[in-house]
Amino acid sequence: MEMIVASSVGILTAGGVYLLLRQRTFPVILGLALLSYAVNVFLFSSGRLAVGLPPVLNKYAETAYTDPLPQALVLTAIVISFGMTAVLVMIALGAYLESAEDGVNIDLKRPDIDDDEDEPTGPMSAP
Amino acid sequence: MDSGALLPILALVPFIGALFPALMIRAGRDACALMTGVATLLAFAMLMTMAPAVFRGEVLQAQIEWLPALGLSASFFLDGLGFLFAGMILGVGLLIILYARFYLSSDDPMGQFYTYLLLFQGAMLGIVTSDNVLLLLVFWELTSLSSFLLIGYWKHLPEGRQGARMALAVTGGGGLALIGGMLILGNIAGSYDLTVILTKGDEIRASEWYFPALILILLGAFTKSAQFPFHFWLPHAMAAPTPVSAYLHSATMVKAGVFLLARLWPVLAGTPEWFYIVATTGLITMVLGALIALFKDDLKALLAFSTVSHLGLLTMLLGLGTKFGVVAAVFHIINHLTFKAALFMSAGIVDHEAHTRDIKRLGGLRRLMPITTVIACLAALSMAGIPLLNGFLSKEMMLEAVSQTEWWENPLFVPVLATVGALLSVAYSFRFIFHTFFGPVRDDYPSKPHDPSFGMWAAPAFLVVLVIAIGLFSKATVGPLVAVAADAVYGGGKAPYYSLKIWHGVTPALWMSVIAVIGGIVLMVLHKPLAWVWNAVPRPEAKVIFEWLLDRIVRLCRAIAEATHNGSITRYLAIFAVGTVALGYIAWSGGGMTPATRDPLAVTPLAAIGWLLLVGATGYLVTIHHNRFRALIVISIIGLMVSAGFVYLSAPDLALTQISVETVTILLLLLALYFLPKETPRESPAWLRLRDGAIALISGGAVAALAYAFMLRDVSVISDFHLANSYKGGGGTNVVNVILVDFRGYDTYGEIIVLGIAGLTIFALMESLLRGKASARLRNWTFAPNTSLDRHPIMMVVATRFLFPIACLVGVYIFLRGHNEPGGGFVAGLVVSIALLMQYMASGFAWAQRKQTVEYHSMIGLGVIIAGLTGAGAWLAGRPFLTSAFGYVNLPPIEEFELATAALFDLGVFLAVLGAVMLTLYSLSRIARHAGETVNPRPMDYDPSRRMRSGQEGM
Repeated sequence: MEMIVASSVGILTAGGVYLLLRQRTFPVILGLALLSYAVNVFLFSSGRLAVGLPPVLNKYAETAYTDPLPQALVLTAIVISFGMTAVLVMIALGAYLESAEDGVNIDLKRPDIDDDEDEPTGPMSAP
Repeated sequence: MDSGALLPILALVPFIGALFPALMIRAGRDACALMTGVATLLAFAMLMTMAPAVFRGEVLQAQIEWLPALGLSASFFLDGLGFLFAGMILGVGLLIILYARFYLSSDDPMGQFYTYLLLFQGAMLGIVTSDNVLLLLVFWELTSLSSFLLIGYWKHLPEGRQGARMALAVTGGGGLALIGGMLILGNIAGSYDLTVILTKGDEIRASEWYFPALILILLGAFTKSAQFPFHFWLPHAMAAPTPVSAYLHSATMVKAGVFLLARLWPVLAGTPEWFYIVATTGLITMVLGALIALFKDDLKALLAFSTVSHLGLLTMLLGLGTKFGVVAAVFHIINHLTFKAALFMSAGIVDHEAHTRDIKRLGGLRRLMPITTVIACLAALSMAGIPLLNGFLSKEMMLEAVSQTEWWENPLFVPVLATVGALLSVAYSFRFIFHTFFGPVRDDYPSKPHDPSFGMWAAPAFLVVLVIAIGLFSKATVGPLVAVAADAVYGGGKAPYYSLKIWHGVTPALWMSVIAVIGGIVLMVLHKPLAWVWNAVPRPEAKVIFEWLLDRIVRLCRAIAEATHNGSITRYLAIFAVGTVALGYIAWSGGGMTPATRDPLAVTPLAAIGWLLLVGATGYLVTIHHNRFRALIVISIIGLMVSAGFVYLSAPDLALTQISVETVTILLLLLALYFLPKETPRESPAWLRLRDGAIALISGGAVAALAYAFMLRDVSVISDFHLANSYKGGGGTNVVNVILVDFRGYDTYGEIIVLGIAGLTIFALMESLLRGKASARLRNWTFAPNTSLDRHPIMMVVATRFLFPIACLVGVYIFLRGHNEPGGGFVAGLVVSIALLMQYMASGFAWAQRKQTVEYHSMIGLGVIIAGLTGAGAWLAGRPFLTSAFGYVNLPPIEEFELATAALFDLGVFLAVLGAVMLTLYSLSRIARHAGETVNPRPMDYDPSRRMRSGQEGM
């Protein structure tokens, strides 16, 4: 079971990283979503795996429970990653609507954004 | 010891004073100068109240704890040496303020000048009174920074900017070395208090870290005091206004290095390393500075190199490691201050009146500026070491000190070089006098010179009075000060024999002095041919080397920056991914992996099927991601599998959350995709995809290995506490929910605020988008022609209407049971927002919007406020923020249920989540309306534009 979860996390990470490295906004957002899954599952798995032991207390019997703390942390992380994705989507959308381009990279070699200014050097009077 | 309490205030006064000049300049230049003077005078008066204690030999101390964990405290102390320097800083500061009032022209921003000056003064005062070495380092860097501002005061002059930058680079760089040295010193001594360090001399000198500490500290001191080979910045700093040169570069800042050498003299001096490094550097600097000064035509450059030479002299005296050397150094510090500040101010007067400082264009000023001539000549004669003036006394003392010094068993090396230095000093001093003030009156001065107003020559005149007074009655004037300051340097014990008399009889020092004066005059007479030779010989130009070096460093940095930060976020992310994996690998290869302690769980067929779906979907997504719609469908499969995994692995809460977030996210992406290109172009070349694939596989493999290793090992967890106290302390059996709303309520509170901010950010982004360039683009938006005629299918409308109350009830149910069963505010908020979204989808935006009664913004705010108030309610019961209370209510016919404040908190969470999610999607759908998408005022409507068109076609 551990192998299955670990390999899932790995595959999600690999897919996420690959899509993150694309040149357009949409695949980058998808990549980030995949990476969020991976991170959430990874965090969740730090509480160790357990089958059939939900952290809901049983009033009538002494039973074992899985680790609830990572679950609580991951729960908020899921909601927050929604917020993050939403902001990112909106930025991507805004950028596309403003510039009609959805590339993620700036080409610094383009002359119109080269703002390399050297300090003006005047004639020096060496003391 | 009482007056020690004044010390921190003393150090603060200039900084507080620095607030005023910029304000007072509105009241006029006199008021501005006066205010600056008052601040300095106040500090000076405070210092004087401590004088009696200092002269009794007491050490005043004051300590304010600051960061005790770091060994950093704001502690100050004042002994003879600190008193001497503080007096110099404040005394000369007063004279400079007076002088600058008349020197600065009405075009110069005077408020700024005095602010910088006071900042600098405060920093210097801090250096000389700090007890804690860390505090001293802070002040040390502050002097570098404030002197940068002062040197570059005339921002319009490129020389000023370049000189300021050079000074900052050299002294700031030295300051970094000094930090290292001082930290080593503190570590050896076991304390960062100077008063403690000073008592541990033997321990420090015996330590194997002595030599590195010495080198680092000397780097700091030598750069600050412009010692060879770092002397080059000082002449370039002369681009500053003359008051700055007179203050920083004769009296105070450059002496900070000398001060440091003196301060640490008891712990560092007395070893061969100290002697050979410090004395030799000082000797070289002294001769070299004097030699260059002789051939400079710019008055201030001449004085600058003469300052370099005199600083070398002081360094050499301290480097000798003898008590007599210390006395001579302390005495010369005072004398150099008096005559050199006077000389700088005189040079400034000449510059101010004649509009040139070039010796070749001057001469004959004696008849035009008699007062200035008297002042300058007396000061210059003192610099030359002519009897009856104070410079003579300390020069004699210096020669006396070196006359018995052996250098590598060579008894002549040091005395001869010292005599040569003195000889050159005589030569340039006489050149300063004769080529500027004597000779025929010219008629081609850039401006006709005349003596300035009293205010301008008052300060140098006062200093020259001191020059003469000390020269004639040294014992009565500065005798006690020299004694107490020197005693503070060598740390008590028997004072060496010295006398401050003018006539000591015929001693070797006298002969050396005579040789120096005669030789100096000869050199002065032969200046013309010598200057010709000097100019004909090629020399390395420090500035050129410095700029070349700087250029190389800048180019290197730029190359690194451009290679990594070239505007491509893809590249940063790739570097980040690879770098993270590399760091992980380094950590792993360091060893320390314990063997696995847990047995892996068995794999069930169900889990295997889920895994296959997930892996297949991920692989498929990566290959077909160019088709964006299909990619969205596929990613929802992945989300579904992750949720299923949570269910299977005992995390029902997570599964609920994940699946509802999934729905909302896909909806959001679908809405956005409507306005984005539907296809991602295939533009990456094969090698790039291969490279990215490799990076992705490496990252994935590393994360998988980490997760696997982690899952099979036991670590101590704090969850047992949560399990044990969830019901007893939090009143709920769903431990995850209790953690969220109770144990870690603070986290949750922060998180709903973040989520609310995200929603508001999106709303704000949308607002600005709809006003900008995007607005025009949207107005010209043409909708795809293949949209359905039946936009709101009747089946869907009916189904969602029917489902709405049920979905809401499910939301309420999930919310209510959250404390004890899987559910809670987060999930309920998401479920209700999905119910609302269904209405939007089925019946259209306008119809759904009209039914809305509460603004989503206020919903976010309300949620945060409710959560906050619930938390604050705990204060009323005298408990910390967010302490929850709960009780059980039996309300027939319903079974016993629980009332907990945590539920109220959860309500806040619910509202904030609902508001944020809805605001996000609402913002997105506004784009569509802005783009001119027609809206249906009634439900179950056809697209009006369509109907119109089809009607026209029918006709």
